[in-house]
Amino acid sequence: MDGDGEGQSRWCLSQVKGAVDDDVAEADIISAVEFNHSGELLATGDRGGRIVIFQQEQESKSLPQCRAEYNVYSTFQSHEPEFDYLKSLEIEEKINKIRWLPQKNAAHFLLSTNDKTIKLWKISERDKRPEGYNLKEEDGRFRHPSSLTTLRVPVFQPMDLMVEASPRRVYANAHTYHINSISVNSDNETYLSADDLRINLWHLDFTDRSFNIVDIKPVNMEELTEVITASEFHPLQCNTFVYGSSKGSVRLCDMRASALCDQHSKLFEEPEDPSTRSFFSEIISSISDVKFSHSGRYMMTRDYLTLKIWDLHMESRPVETYQVHGYLRSKLCSLYENDCIFDKFECCWRSDDSEVMTGSYNNFFRMFNRDAQQDVTLEASWENGSPGCPLKPWRVCTGSRRKRNEIGVDCLDFSRKILYTSWHPQDNVVALATVNNLYIFQEKPN
Amino acid sequence: TKLDDSKMAGAEGDDSLYPIAVLIDELRNEDVQLRLNSIKKLSTIALALGVERTRTELLPFLTDTIYDEDEVLLALAEQLGSFTVLVGGPEFVHNLLPPLESLATVEETVVRDKAVESLRKISQEHSPVDLEVHFVPLVKRLASGDWFTSRTSACGLFSVCYPRVSSTVKAEIRQHFRTLCSDDTPMVRRAAASKLGEFAKVLELDYVKSDIIPLFTALASDEQDSVRLLAVEAGVSIATLLPQEDLEALVMPTLRQAAEDKSWRVRYMVADKFSELQKAVGPEITKTDLVPAFQNLLKDCEAEVRAAAANKVKVFCENLPEDSRETIIMTHILPCVKELVSDTNQHVKSALASVIMGLSTILGKDNTVEHLLPLFLVQLKDECPEVRLNIISNLDCVNEVIGIRQLSQSLLPAIVELAEDAKWRVRLAIIEYMPLLAGQLGVEFFDEKLNSLCMAWLIDHVFAIREAATCNLMKLVEKFGAEWAQNTIVPKVLGMANDSNYLHRMTTLFCINALSGVCGQEITTKHMLPVVLKMSTDQVANVRFNVARCLQKIGPVLDSSALQAEVKPVLEKLATDQDMDVKYFALEAISVLALA
Repeated sequence: MDGDGEGQSRWCLSQVKGAVDDDVAEADIISAVEFNHSGELLATGDRGGRIVIFQQEQESKSLPQCRAEYNVYSTFQSHEPEFDYLKSLEIEEKINKIRWLPQKNAAHFLLSTNDKTIKLWKISERDKRPEGYNLKEEDGRFRHPSSLTTLRVPVFQPMDLMVEASPRRVYANAHTYHINSISVNSDNETYLSADDLRINLWHLDFTDRSFNIVDIKPVNMEELTEVITASEFHPLQCNTFVYGSSKGSVRLCDMRASALCDQHSKLFEEPEDPSTRSFFSEIISSISDVKFSHSGRYMMTRDYLTLKIWDLHMESRPVETYQVHGYLRSKLCSLYENDCIFDKFECCWRSDDSEVMTGSYNNFFRMFNRDAQQDVTLEASWENGSPGCPLKPWRVCTGSRRKRNEIGVDCLDFSRKILYTSWHPQDNVVALATVNNLYIFQEKPN
Repeated sequence: TKLDDSKMAGAEGDDSLYPIAVLIDELRNEDVQLRLNSIKKLSTIALALGVERTRTELLPFLTDTIYDEDEVLLALAEQLGSFTVLVGGPEFVHNLLPPLESLATVEETVVRDKAVESLRKISQEHSPVDLEVHFVPLVKRLASGDWFTSRTSACGLFSVCYPRVSSTVKAEIRQHFRTLCSDDTPMVRRAAASKLGEFAKVLELDYVKSDIIPLFTALASDEQDSVRLLAVEAGVSIATLLPQEDLEALVMPTLRQAAEDKSWRVRYMVADKFSELQKAVGPEITKTDLVPAFQNLLKDCEAEVRAAAANKVKVFCENLPEDSRETIIMTHILPCVKELVSDTNQHVKSALASVIMGLSTILGKDNTVEHLLPLFLVQLKDECPEVRLNIISNLDCVNEVIGIRQLSQSLLPAIVELAEDAKWRVRLAIIEYMPLLAGQLGVEFFDEKLNSLCMAWLIDHVFAIREAATCNLMKLVEKFGAEWAQNTIVPKVLGMANDSNYLHRMTTLFCINALSGVCGQEITTKHMLPVVLKMSTDQVANVRFNVARCLQKIGPVLDSSALQAEVKPVLEKLATDQDMDVKYFALEAISVLALA
């Protein structure tokens, strides 16, 4: 069923960002990728607590061939390393998630979070500056007050465009465990933040209080069997959110029903196939990401080996299941030993919900066309293919005979993985992060 | 040196300009605090510039200065609201619109709200012509702005211009408001919903019926519950505007639906606004509709809703029509209240406990004894201290109706338990009710049952409790008199002066500080002063300097012979103490009491 019948896909490399040498500093490893709601801006976060924002060039928008040129717009330090003296714990500066707010005026706003603290950033442009002092020259030299014969009011003059990122709010001290998700509500005034055991609801304007809406912490921590791994608000219904767990189930909660959503209104869970049960079953069924479709009708979950699409009206089983890298099923033992089995892959929807994408190892990423039931394996690489050239699909095989663009399971490089992916909200442009590089691909129109 | 320079330069330049020049330059200083300071003195700057330059130079500068910190913008938005005279009076007030317009579009809600508040204020200073020429176009620009921030700001401006414009413009304003009520973004619909009531108030009754009612109905069934809940309050305002005969058809179906909304937040809002709603719809609809609705809210599945409704029990019952009040309470409300007394949620119980005592005045003696008293007794034994505290703090209502004796048997164990609660904040709360309780229970009951508690708090291990206990003693003496003090508490307080713990010895001094005034000269001189003086040789310096402070405090109560003969030598001795704090306070006392 592979969609590589013609030997090439319609996707081509557009841009690669970041250094290309093999020696990667820990701080430069990308840990979040997110388009804003118009797709004009693309934000990345890294382990060094920095956020880099790229802007789509205006002029190239008119030329369809190179519409996706993104250039650095703003770079700022979002989080700093901290130390919790009460618990003797280091708090890493690593950015776990970035979420854009719907645009409310000429400025742009985003939420960024590390393990403990969420921050609201404003990214704004300034193209005027005031000029004219009474008591000094513009260059700072003092002017003698004796020369003061009349008052001078400063006047704004045009200047070179300056982009500023300023911290607007810091939402701290509400999470005992590590924050894994943040999600902005469609009511445009609240957002949720989820850690391993609790989900809190915040009003964007208030940093001193949040409401606990889910708490799965057992009285006795020894009875703990399940943690929250991902959570998201419904894109249209302001009262609905879901959270996925380490046991592979997803709970849908309705905030209208009660203030504390301990009782879920829907539980999406697929019964386990006893024939494939193993020591690793629970680990690989853990939900690493959950995303609603743009229409709000479906939701997609990613576990270690598969991508599942659920109809919100059917809790018993997914309507579609895609194998991301089924060939790894026989490799779980070594993936457990090198900790890869705990990798958390994200997934994303195409703007019209007809396709989904997620990452894999060896810098491969997978796209699944839902209507045609076709899938393709592509590689993020700056060596294989120049910008503008269509990407060659890969096939991973288990046998020993290899054709062109085939690779054996044993040859896969597990240190090169694509965990973070984002799809442009309107155009067919995707952004994904390999270790320290940001790749932008675009699909050529038919 | 800058100031000196300016003085010397006075001969050539105009040195009266110098302070203003500094203020203007600091409008763009890097330090936020200095910018804020300059903005707060904007009227000084404007005054120095004169009305002409304020209009042509200062306001254009301020219009562009919207990149600043929120606190600066907030101060600016506030200043501009009272700037009319500084731009040349009402004739020129429209010059203030551009800076306020840009402030009304910033992302920070508090700044926008302040800008809108100032715009509302200066709208009154516009002549009817200026209002149509300058102000209304601004409202329209905001209402059709690209970003929801400007559209939300527009919502608050319709009601101030509507009454003063021509009927054509009125129609336009109504149209703009209608558009905003069905805006794409929930932020704008929320802003419109929250201003719907105030807009309805300035509309002609016919338009309330033809325009406002459909908008109200639409907003009350919005897909987002955050919008629906705001429509509830609008419904209350609209109900007050309509004649009684229209309420049933136009408002009640929507309000009934809100009381049974699927979202608890909407039902919470109905419960929270229940008293206002009751006043707005009048006695007949209250009887037919609100009583069953209130019963449902008291039985709601969400605790937040039950708590909000429980808070309203007393006011709702008070405002019931007199002819059927007792029957309604006894047959409809009381059964629900009885269930709430044993609710699973402590916030619900505690909300109820804070109002339930008020029912006794409404129901009278017999009903109180028969129906309410058992509930009070259950709540006095509640596991949650807040519930018990709320009952105890409202005892005065019951006292008036049946006298407190009926309760005292149960009251005592409840008070004792709270007095010994492990949480010091609970102990602190009950201490604060002691004087009230003492007054209601009478001196005999107090001496017999509560006096020992009050004394025990004096040696509590938390300072805040000991401090409150000291203050409590003073209030008790105010109630029961000096003679009672001398017989019951003064001996015990003075006895603590010999305690081996210095903290307890200090408590004696603190008590004397508090009590000397209310006990009067005789007791202070005869009983307290000797003890204080004796403590001046205490081995702990903290006690000795508190002796000095205590003498300073009680000095005014003593007569001059006691001061000269007894206090002065002791203070003089303390003034030569080795400890510098003791010395300091002794010298301070000597100077305050003029004993030097």
